[in-house]
Amino acid sequence: MSSISPQEIKQEFLKSKMGIAGITILTILIATSIITMIIIPLETFQEWNNPSNWISYPKVAIPIWVNFFMTEKIPEHRILEAPNIQTNSSGEITLTSHQFGFNYDYNDFPNDFIYEFSSEYSGSPLLQMTVIRPDGIKLELLSISLPFSNSKTIHSERIFSTDGAIKKNLSLQSGQFAFTLDRLSAEDIVFSKTQINEPLKGNYIFLVNVYAVNSEVQIPESKLIIGGKAFGLMGTDELRRDLAIGLLWGTPLALFIGIVVAFASVTMGLLYGVYAGFKGKKTDDTMMRFNDVIYALPVLPFLIILSVTISNSIFVMVLFLMMFGWVGIAKVSRSMSLQIKTRGYVDAANMMGQKDSKIILKHIIPQLLPYAFASIAISVPAAITTEAGLSFLGLGDPSFPTWGQILRDANIFGAAARGLWWWILPPGVMIAITGLAFVFIGNALDVIVNPKLKR
Amino acid sequence: MGLKRYIATRMVTMFGVLMITILITIALVGSNMDTILKQGIVFQVRAEIIETPAIAESFSSVGEFEAFIQSQIDQRIKVLGLDEPWYSPQRIGLTMYKILLLDFGHATFLISDAGSSDVKDIILEKLPRTILLFTTATIIISIIGIFLGALSSSKVGSLTDRVTSSFAIISSSFPVWWIGMLMIFLFAFTWQIFPARATPDISSSDPGYIGALLYHMTLPLITIVMIGFGSWAYLVRNFMVGIMQEDFIMAKKIIGIKKNKIIYSHALKNAAPPIVTILALSLSGSLGGAIITEAVFDWPGMGRLYFEAITVMDLPVIIGSTYVLTVFFLVSIFIADLLYGYFDPRVRTGQ
Repeated sequence: MSSISPQEIKQEFLKSKMGIAGITILTILIATSIITMIIIPLETFQEWNNPSNWISYPKVAIPIWVNFFMTEKIPEHRILEAPNIQTNSSGEITLTSHQFGFNYDYNDFPNDFIYEFSSEYSGSPLLQMTVIRPDGIKLELLSISLPFSNSKTIHSERIFSTDGAIKKNLSLQSGQFAFTLDRLSAEDIVFSKTQINEPLKGNYIFLVNVYAVNSEVQIPESKLIIGGKAFGLMGTDELRRDLAIGLLWGTPLALFIGIVVAFASVTMGLLYGVYAGFKGKKTDDTMMRFNDVIYALPVLPFLIILSVTISNSIFVMVLFLMMFGWVGIAKVSRSMSLQIKTRGYVDAANMMGQKDSKIILKHIIPQLLPYAFASIAISVPAAITTEAGLSFLGLGDPSFPTWGQILRDANIFGAAARGLWWWILPPGVMIAITGLAFVFIGNALDVIVNPKLKR
Repeated sequence: MGLKRYIATRMVTMFGVLMITILITIALVGSNMDTILKQGIVFQVRAEIIETPAIAESFSSVGEFEAFIQSQIDQRIKVLGLDEPWYSPQRIGLTMYKILLLDFGHATFLISDAGSSDVKDIILEKLPRTILLFTTATIIISIIGIFLGALSSSKVGSLTDRVTSSFAIISSSFPVWWIGMLMIFLFAFTWQIFPARATPDISSSDPGYIGALLYHMTLPLITIVMIGFGSWAYLVRNFMVGIMQEDFIMAKKIIGIKKNKIIYSHALKNAAPPIVTILALSLSGSLGGAIITEAVFDWPGMGRLYFEAITVMDLPVIIGSTYVLTVFFLVSIFIADLLYGYFDPRVRTGQ
């Protein structure tokens, strides 16, 4: 234990490539967390397990950037929310027309299409849905009358492409197509070439016309979803959740768990060990015996029993992890404080009659700080992986989208067997990157603190 | 303080730890266990009464009938000693005494492959499999690790050294079970080389069982070794680098003994105590870590048993497995301590 001044440590640290790399990754992670917390609305975080929040997203969609590498383009999931609105009135009939135009440039049919709306009206307006295809053919999809109401009412509905009426209307127009439509679903017909059943690329316009007699119709919400197989930067999972959001929220959570657990357990261990070493004799004996007991407890089985019987809240978990984390640090810092205790200045302070607490805090602890920082950095990954492991076993806090939780869901829904790599890879990579950042920092510090390793 | 005294103190401590572990486990699951057992009794009594309608007919009022059922339930609770809370000294004493004699009772839900619900049978069936997988893995890891560590310490700063060190650092930050998922994804589904589930699908009495078990073991084994050997190599390297700077090695160099000989016979011998100690510890540590790994690979060992027991709250199995895991852990800590005391006399003299 030679004493190194903070300036020297800083200098040495900045020289080490590993340390710089670690700090860089950590900075990026912290920036990501801050941006996540500011930009992404808190609701997505609270609504992570609420299926109705994710209803308009596709199931197990691949990330969209995959299309960049593919010659056969996978249909992207489109949520069209801003239609082109026109209102016409001639005589007593008012026509409100919502136009959704989009370019369809994929080599596969979409999964489905859904029109979601809510309208405010009185009477019984007529809703008509048509599609104008790139080849100019106009297909009638649906015409229904909205439920009758005497007074003003608000009506919300989702029209699915699986609606029997749409299929029926399409088969009435089967003359346009050179093949039989019997076995095909609505989206396979609407987006098909007329000669063979292959996707037709180009600009489509979905037209929703609402006719009202002697009354006004408002459609405050109008949304067309073209169900695709690719969505977002990170894809979605079986429960239609946007994985990008889960991964982003996982970052501050992992950092929180890792740093809090590491910091608290190292601080506890340091104080415990130093005090035991400094006091010596009976105190040291008893304290170290207790330390031995905790050290010999099997950690993972205990964590599992604790989380099952007491609580699986993330904050309680942090406490449990701390309970087992301080032991090793206490042992090492005790032996270090035994060495420092024999130094002259500690003796001098003792003889001057300074209080024990003052000697420990002013003369011994500062000597151990570099070691403590290295230990904190090195214990962070362990805390993160342990929490992830517990979450993976289903013992974590289900209300938080941690990376372990995402991996657990992936395992439950058989992501490996179904080849859903975007569900398995990113959370693990994030865990590893976060761990790596701290391991880098820790190792760089360790080399400075233990010059023996350097050579 | 001689070696005997040292061993004696360690053994007493270990026994104390074992008792404390069991006590904490019982304290944590005790109240749940009582609730479950009592519910079981209520269920049993009602089922028996429904089976014999004559009992119900002999009562004139519903109140009387209910009172009869209640008295039956109370009677059985008393017979089983459940009328006293789980923390009463007699019950704890009895439970601990039974556990010490390896009498864990009968499992509530789980049964062994052979069909027994005796916790001891279940554990005895699963334990060898866990030992087979994890002990094999640890041995392979330590052999590769020691060799690679010695190799890279002989050429500090070389490509081998840098690759080993960076591999060690990188691999240690990946969770084993995640790599396991990836391995299953790659080698069981993308390229169908190994089975995805590690449980062999033929019965254990079949002569081909051992072969099937080994085949199913390959993927988890590769995964554990892949993640594990890096940090071993790094550890051995660091010990060796430290020893290579000692004076006696310098002296040997000056005398002109070949470098390889110095590394593999003199330096490695001096690095042996910490290495052997860590080997003893990691053998037992691997058993604890088995829980998640076995859950991923569906390996039919102790880890998965523990996980299953937790999910259905099968308390006798939980207590039994905790006990066995703790015993293993403590025995290896004990052996590690002994080895350390044997190699390093300073430890046992308490300096």
